[in-house]
Amino acid sequence: MRKLIEPGMYPSAGSSPVGKAVTHDSAAMQVSGQAQYVDDIPTVPGTLHLVLGLAEQADAEIVSVDLTAVRQSPGVVDVITLNDVPGHKDIGPVFPGDPLFADGRTLYVGQALFAVAATSEAAARRALASARVEYRAGNPVLDPVQAWQQGLLVRPSHVMQRGDASAALEQAEVVVQGQLDIGGQEHFYLETQATLAIPQEDGSLHLYSSTQHPSEVQKLVAEVVGLPLNQVAVEVRRLGGGFGGKETQAAAPACMAALVAVRTGRPVKIRLNRRDDMRLTGKRHPFVGQFRLGADQSGRISALEMELIGNCGCSPDLSDAIVDRAMFHADNCYYLAHARVSGHRAFTHTASNTAYRGFGGPQGMLAIEAAVDDLARRLQLDPYIVRMNNLYDTDQRNRTHYGQELEQFPVAEMMAKLAEDCQYHQRYQAARAFNADVGNGPLRRGIALTPVKFGISFTAQHLNQAGALVHIYTDGSIQVNHGGIEMGQGLYIKMAQVAADAFDLPLECIRVTATRTDKVPNTSPTAASSGADMNGMAVHDACTTLLGRLRAFAASEFGVDASAISFESGQVIVGQQRFGFAEFVQKAYFARISLSATGYYRTPLIHYDRARAEGRPFFYFAHGVSCSEVEVDIETGEYRLCQVDILHDVGRSLNPAIDLGQIEGGFVQGLGWLTTEELVWDEQARLRTDMPATYKIPTIGDIPVAFTTRLLERADNPANTIHRSKAVGEPPFMLAISAWCALRDALADLAPGNAIPLSAPATPEAVWKAARTLQAMAVQAQGAAK
Amino acid sequence: MAIQLQINGKPYDLDVDDDMPLLWAIRDIVGLTGTKFGCGKALCGACTVMLNNQAIRSCLTPVSVAKGGSITTIESIDALPQGKALQQAWVELDVPQCGYCQSGQLMSATALLLSNAHPTDADIDGAMSGNVCRCGTYQRIRQAIKNAAQEV
Repeated sequence: MRKLIEPGMYPSAGSSPVGKAVTHDSAAMQVSGQAQYVDDIPTVPGTLHLVLGLAEQADAEIVSVDLTAVRQSPGVVDVITLNDVPGHKDIGPVFPGDPLFADGRTLYVGQALFAVAATSEAAARRALASARVEYRAGNPVLDPVQAWQQGLLVRPSHVMQRGDASAALEQAEVVVQGQLDIGGQEHFYLETQATLAIPQEDGSLHLYSSTQHPSEVQKLVAEVVGLPLNQVAVEVRRLGGGFGGKETQAAAPACMAALVAVRTGRPVKIRLNRRDDMRLTGKRHPFVGQFRLGADQSGRISALEMELIGNCGCSPDLSDAIVDRAMFHADNCYYLAHARVSGHRAFTHTASNTAYRGFGGPQGMLAIEAAVDDLARRLQLDPYIVRMNNLYDTDQRNRTHYGQELEQFPVAEMMAKLAEDCQYHQRYQAARAFNADVGNGPLRRGIALTPVKFGISFTAQHLNQAGALVHIYTDGSIQVNHGGIEMGQGLYIKMAQVAADAFDLPLECIRVTATRTDKVPNTSPTAASSGADMNGMAVHDACTTLLGRLRAFAASEFGVDASAISFESGQVIVGQQRFGFAEFVQKAYFARISLSATGYYRTPLIHYDRARAEGRPFFYFAHGVSCSEVEVDIETGEYRLCQVDILHDVGRSLNPAIDLGQIEGGFVQGLGWLTTEELVWDEQARLRTDMPATYKIPTIGDIPVAFTTRLLERADNPANTIHRSKAVGEPPFMLAISAWCALRDALADLAPGNAIPLSAPATPEAVWKAARTLQAMAVQAQGAAK
Repeated sequence: MAIQLQINGKPYDLDVDDDMPLLWAIRDIVGLTGTKFGCGKALCGACTVMLNNQAIRSCLTPVSVAKGGSITTIESIDALPQGKALQQAWVELDVPQCGYCQSGQLMSATALLLSNAHPTDADIDGAMSGNVCRCGTYQRIRQAIKNAAQEV
């Protein structure tokens, strides 16, 4: 540049945007149809469209595959199978087990057998129909408990224990024993898996992929097509929903598109249709939780034994860490003096189950909440009292069953506060009176107030690192890039807020650009709720480096002490002089000061000794409490959610508007998992709920009008996070457990003293069955009494 | 065979089959990508557009059905007072998260306000129940519709 632009286009800043309810940076584009997703990127003529041929049988030997007619079909340009993969054929993210296409024997119904590239999606789909595949039927395994008992595991089991749980259970005054079936969950991101792969002039590849983990897509694509990593770039501006379903599951379609792009030299787009996406990709792990919980007559818990059997599907994928996280959350908020928690990774012939918001945590937490509910029912106590009496504190009862000490635990205060604000106690009594009133016919009411404690950090230690790249241009505008993925959680606006705050510039000066592996390399997935925590610190680090350079330049140029230099309200103050930020940046440019910097962060303090099952796997914990009330018709099982109240701890919020949205939405998604979303496989291992016609996620009518969400006031984070905020992506998901417990509460008066035989999801059908069972028990008990 | 369509007030002559889904024509032929593909079976609402001010699911509607009618997509709802007010309310309340379903949500909401200036909660739930949002922004959608109704 010979001549720089006129400085002064930006107004001076007000106060820092950190902590303000600033609107999502994409909102205006999203409401006008301008926001682009992968499928919206204009393609050049000649772009090929890829569709997949999926296996129709599970555990079947593939006797023959005849694709001759497919290849000859109009518009078809290329057809690929496993034999066409020049590099790595297995794209397992951590452990092998995920062949790009079926390898001799099918693992599950819906596994990819081949891919067809044609000049249009319609042509490719027409061609699919002429494939001839011959199978020899196998014997698919579907029951995870049976698989576990037969030793069919995708990874070894793991045990966390403290004290002597079995001895303590022997001595306990009360022992409740039960088994809870916990359903899985389809991600149902509205934007299905999608990638556009574009070959470049030198044989390298540029991919636009809807992935939460661009660096892993880059690595797997490179391995599959046989290129070094520096020949593959992956770019992601935003996802139309991820929820964990695009952490590993985006890679296979991306690798297939990349391979065809290399083979044909043409751009290739894949955008799965809904049914293929639901069949091909893994889901939240269904779990079975078996427990024995010991307590005294007052309901004080002394011991827990729990077996958590995760249905991992056909390969390891991320199941090691997912089952671990279920185990880490088998205490939820309760101190367990004696505990033995075992986690098992069962193999079944279904799609390989994968990350989903909460990453196993919700399943572990639901199991302990079911056990606590059973205990309260046995003792005929208000479950709130039992929960309250068993909470951790920060004094004596402050160490988890894996040895992490709690530095902060505001849950007792939060439960009490919410109970008061939403009149839990009065409403609990009112529900009892309502249920005792024969005038209410088949209607029953239930209410529950449940807590959440969720550990923040990747339990795979090396993933706890992040990078950023910040440029200052000579007009004073700043471009921020980081390793995180925007999937609706407001990561980009939070990163812009962090950068604006660092320079004390208005938010308009900051632009966060699409995440690209060629800007910030070797990134971790945007997962584990860690996006803002880690990338925020990396962005802050890059800003600090740039500020340091600018300060050093100011000190030497103007001969002032560093303490006399500050960046305030869009100005740079150097001793007695004041400069506009852009004016000062131009001086720095002419003095040949580098105006671009990288930033880096690694989460400190965390460690976990797997051999001893002890350590500090989490940097800190996020907390929340919620109260739900339901009304159930026990003759039909139909129910409605009448009221929801939430109090949630996000530390010092970076952006309350965004955080409240995450909490509301997390609850709704959790509600779907626990109520309406039921995955059904038939005996041939075919997923029968593979479209929205058969799989029901919550709609607007499922959400009560009486729904309040508040952030915990005066909240703080004892851990040194970005501006002392807390992660908010996953923790609120588990707030929906209160709705599930409220359904149990509504049935409790049918047969007092009994555990409620209601698993998850509590569909109307399941609620009806549970009510029938309880009514039969009550009749039997009456008969016995006579 | 050419089909004449009017989209966002502009006439288009499209050389497509009668049975091509309207969504394809809008996205792939006309190049308006604000309307999204979600499920292809009219079950999720992501593809919602208006035909003569009625919300329809474009993924299952053949283009022939829209012949001679007036189609409105997300790209032009700001020309309607209802659409403009809804867009503003959506931004003010920070409704969109991932945003993928939101153009369909806004189209259903616009059609609702065109036929019912002051919808109740039940009216809103009825009109919007065919539009799913996996991020769970329903409370804000409900509130934004009410706010917009007051503005128009």
